Amino acid sequence: MKTCPDYIVQYMNDYLDGDLEPSKERVLKENLATCEDCRKTYHELTKTIAFVQSASHIEAPEGFVEATMKKLPKQTQRTGAKRWFRQHPLLSAAAIFVVMMSAVLFSDFNNDQQFSFTKQPNMVVEGNTVIVPEGEVVTGDIKVRNGDLRVDGEIHGDVTVVNGQYMASSGVITGEVEEIDQVFDWLWYSIKGVFKDAASIFNKDNPTTNE
Amino acid sequence: MDALVNKRIAKVMKGDQDAFAEIVELYQHKLYQICYRMLGNKHEAEDIAQEAFMRAYVNIHTFDQKRKFSTWLYRIATNLCIDRIRKKKPDYHLDAEVRGAEGLTMYSSIPNDDELPEDELVKMEVQERVQYEISRLPDKYRAAIVLKYIEELPLAEISEILDLPLGTVKTRIHRGREALRKQLSNL
Repeated sequence: MKTCPDYIVQYMNDYLDGDLEPSKERVLKENLATCEDCRKTYHELTKTIAFVQSASHIEAPEGFVEATMKKLPKQTQRTGAKRWFRQHPLLSAAAIFVVMMSAVLFSDFNNDQQFSFTKQPNMVVEGNTVIVPEGEVVTGDIKVRNGDLRVDGEIHGDVTVVNGQYMASSGVITGEVEEIDQVFDWLWYSIKGVFKDAASIFNKDNPTTNE
Repeated sequence: MDALVNKRIAKVMKGDQDAFAEIVELYQHKLYQICYRMLGNKHEAEDIAQEAFMRAYVNIHTFDQKRKFSTWLYRIATNLCIDRIRKKKPDYHLDAEVRGAEGLTMYSSIPNDDELPEDELVKMEVQERVQYEISRLPDKYRAAIVLKYIEELPLAEISEILDLPLGTVKTRIHRGREALRKQLSNL
């Protein structure tokens, strides 16, 4: 047996929510003053609100915090590390790069204590010394590890000597000469090599984009 | 308060579990109250409130620190409560007519524990009655009414918690209030 018009009920609700325009509020008040049913509805609504709000505040039971904390998944060392990685992606990548790179390079450097050199025809080996004899011409790059190089003839290419000495003499070398003695020089040399390789891969793959 | 909470959350994100205990300490009563008023059962309320905290902890990295933490937390809890209420509901319609029994609906075949006779209602204590009347509300009105009148949250926040437009929240509060008024007409 609802006799109040719908818009008045709407006004009541808006009023109770505290967002009824003043002009409409006036309409509502006039209505309440004249209409018995509206007054009753409004009164019931306010009573309803007071009733719900009379609900006492409830508190969580004793020991709620402890019980909740016990239910949480255990924070393991691994998830801690995972979280760190997730939050520092760049640092993680850099750290992994450094670790892998140095592992590779150091093992390379330390395991290669043996005397070795690039095989080329017409070179002579005496003990730990590679000799390009006078009058001979070697075409191509030469790399000597853990040994010396003496050039009396001609080399048409680059020369690299690792952990050894390049003995300057009357020879002719058309390329670059590089002597590498220390671990860090070796590192630098290897890294340069990696980038050169990478660059050449890119050049091969995208000849158009990489002028 | 917000700055304090955000500091704790930053610690939790770095993996500090003790900082989370402080957050639970801070919000336990409010969260438990919402769950209790929604579910009307102490054990279930405790269960769901703990579940809500656990989910907040596990998913803390998805929390946007520019927002209000309580809103996010209440949202987790109300969603869990609504899920729980829906699961408890039988999935057949009580209004469906029973075959072969004209005019009779499923309502008539189950013991009626939803509508208490009036003399029972009168005997109820006020607190009991409040909870009873709230629990009779449909779940979508119930959430809005609990957040508005028990937690006394502003409408804008309720709309964020329930992930509903402001207008819908208002409608639900109006309808919930109206439903309560009718339920209480004999008070």
